[in-house]
Amino acid sequence: MIENDGQKNGVTAANSVPPANHTKTVGKLFLLTVFMFGFGFALVPLYEVFCEITGINGRTDDSAAVYESVEVDETRTITVDFITRTSTGMPWEFTVDTKRVEVHPGELSQVNFYVRNPARRDIVAQAIPSVSPGSAALYVNKTECFCFQHQPLESGGETLMPMTFFIDPQLPDNITYFTLQYTLFDITERAGETVDVAMNTTLGD
Amino acid sequence: MSTITDTAGNTNEHDHHDDHHHGAPKGIMRWLLTTNHKDIGTLYLWFAFIMFLVGGAMAMVIRAELFQPGLQIVDPNFFNQMTTVHGLIMVFGAVMPAFTGLANWLVPMMIGAPDMALPRMNNWSFWILPFAFLILLASLFMEGGGPSFGWTFYAPLSTTYSSDSTALFVFSVHIMGISSIMGAINVIVTIINMRAPGMTLMKMPMFVWTWLITAFLLIAVMPVLAAAVTMVLTDKYFGTDFFNAAGGGDPVMFQHIFWFFGHPEVYIMILPAFGIISHIIPTFSRKKLFGYASMVYATASIALLSFVVWAHHMFTTGMPVGAELFFMVATMLISVPTGVKVFNWVATMWQGSMTFEIPMLFAISFIVLFTIGGLSGLMLAITPVDFQYHDTYFVVAHFHYVLVTGAVFSIMAAVYYWLPKWTGKMFDIRLAKWHFWCSLVSVNVLFFPMHFVGLAGMPRRIPDYALQFADFNQWISIGGFAFGLSQLIFLALVIKACRKQGEPVTDQVWDGAEGLEWEIPSPAPYHTFDTPPVVR
Repeated sequence: MIENDGQKNGVTAANSVPPANHTKTVGKLFLLTVFMFGFGFALVPLYEVFCEITGINGRTDDSAAVYESVEVDETRTITVDFITRTSTGMPWEFTVDTKRVEVHPGELSQVNFYVRNPARRDIVAQAIPSVSPGSAALYVNKTECFCFQHQPLESGGETLMPMTFFIDPQLPDNITYFTLQYTLFDITERAGETVDVAMNTTLGD
Repeated sequence: MSTITDTAGNTNEHDHHDDHHHGAPKGIMRWLLTTNHKDIGTLYLWFAFIMFLVGGAMAMVIRAELFQPGLQIVDPNFFNQMTTVHGLIMVFGAVMPAFTGLANWLVPMMIGAPDMALPRMNNWSFWILPFAFLILLASLFMEGGGPSFGWTFYAPLSTTYSSDSTALFVFSVHIMGISSIMGAINVIVTIINMRAPGMTLMKMPMFVWTWLITAFLLIAVMPVLAAAVTMVLTDKYFGTDFFNAAGGGDPVMFQHIFWFFGHPEVYIMILPAFGIISHIIPTFSRKKLFGYASMVYATASIALLSFVVWAHHMFTTGMPVGAELFFMVATMLISVPTGVKVFNWVATMWQGSMTFEIPMLFAISFIVLFTIGGLSGLMLAITPVDFQYHDTYFVVAHFHYVLVTGAVFSIMAAVYYWLPKWTGKMFDIRLAKWHFWCSLVSVNVLFFPMHFVGLAGMPRRIPDYALQFADFNQWISIGGFAFGLSQLIFLALVIKACRKQGEPVTDQVWDGAEGLEWEIPSPAPYHTFDTPPVVR
């Protein structure tokens, strides 16, 4: 106890500057800390907006575009490669009927993707597109795509999934070739949870 | 810079001691309850040293495994845990607490303040730190092992593919962050509010300046790290999709957020080092620091630039060319203020009456070796060549040159420089010379060949390698073991110094040392500057 008292006296004597002086500074610095913590999370929407404007993350628009009065630029031909892959643990077979198309900007073309579920369980899939180089992503307009919705498939089932797209004629001249890749993710658990939650809510009501 | 003229407050320091201060209380409770900046500084420094040895032991495991190609000593998962925890411990457990310890000891003495502004928070910010590292180290013994995703914990390695102990990793990083932020707030409040009369900002010693700027960097980016680990936590355990592409997230975004923290973080680990070197070089050159004002502005510009260079860690993630060019140029721009500093140190030595005491030896080798690390950093900044260097041992060589022969050497220089002031006795110079020369030779045997194997394509963080790298890796491992053992000499020396063995030193300790801390008695009394000195 004596030791503690000694300690306390030391503190009081050491704090010869009025503490009110510090409170203001500490308060400001604390606010800055909280602000920066918030900023860390704000980076998420900021990044999304930034990517939407610049397309740097290679994501295409996830809503359907309208093909209306688009001028076809026949002076240019763009090569588009398609790559299909499945994420780790996703058992589906996933292929595309045309590995490469050559299109004029503004021209509408359709590609069919084939999937089969060889697993013994029903699986809900989500396809995520990725364009490389990312700067081309802004100019890929899809009028119809399986990636807009969840894709459920029963065990052993198979289906053809169409994707219709056109390239915006605004596409910069330096891009003559790009790759569009789809990755299938198994989101059964996640989708199932949503269904369950919805049902429980209904029952509760 | 600051010349002290009135030390009336300290002439009777020893009487003071008996008057209204009870010196240091005895026993373990002294250390648990202490609010004295010198005690807390000592605690930080010892903690950092112990963590340095623990993290070093992990590096020994890594080097033992890499002594030969093939897998012989540890399994790959454990190897990954070693590289991860080695990095985390050295960054958050060794270098950062060591600098905080030096700030605790030195900032109040240098600005003529009686203590840190918030002594009780100071106690807290230290004492939560051991728990953070206990949690981290304990996770190594859990089923599935500790963190094995690298200290940068890139998603999805840290989310989808990490072991169950990831929550422990997240909490321990949170605690480290809280500790650093509290320490930084304390330093800023102390420097802003408690300077002695007459100590204007542009009269502050360089160590105080560099720490003020470092503390602002800490407050700016440690919360961003906290946000990043929180997102990893919720992605892994609570079903959010910040970094999960399946749910609309983006794993590359993790890298952007992480390096927004991570790049300023590397300056957090080097700016105080710049401050230390700016004290030692003038002392042993017996000249004023060349270009004090330019040093201050250079430090501030390095800190500002550090916020706009983060993506140079990510050149190979497929950014647009415009962005790669921007980050390349911004990164190269940092070498301008850094070059200003190096040239200022050299100009300080120019035509000085130089002597080569131990702190000076460390300081000079810091300048040379840090510059080597800086130059390899400049090479890495060049986008097209980074595609070759990325994730190779060249990167490992680069950041160990700037962090070991940079930050760690500066900490050792600082300890040798101020230790006699702390203990009142000169340390064992013979041991110190052994420590310096063994460290200097072995550290270069350890890190220099990494440049070669890196350029030849040896990837980092892999427990096995192609046969052609075997010879260099044996050199590297031998250098590593020698460097590790050399630090035991340092341990022996510091223990000896803490037992107050050695020749008594004068108040000034080093002929040519200037600043308030050299005007108080040696050893520094438990309480200093109860009455502020007047600086003219």
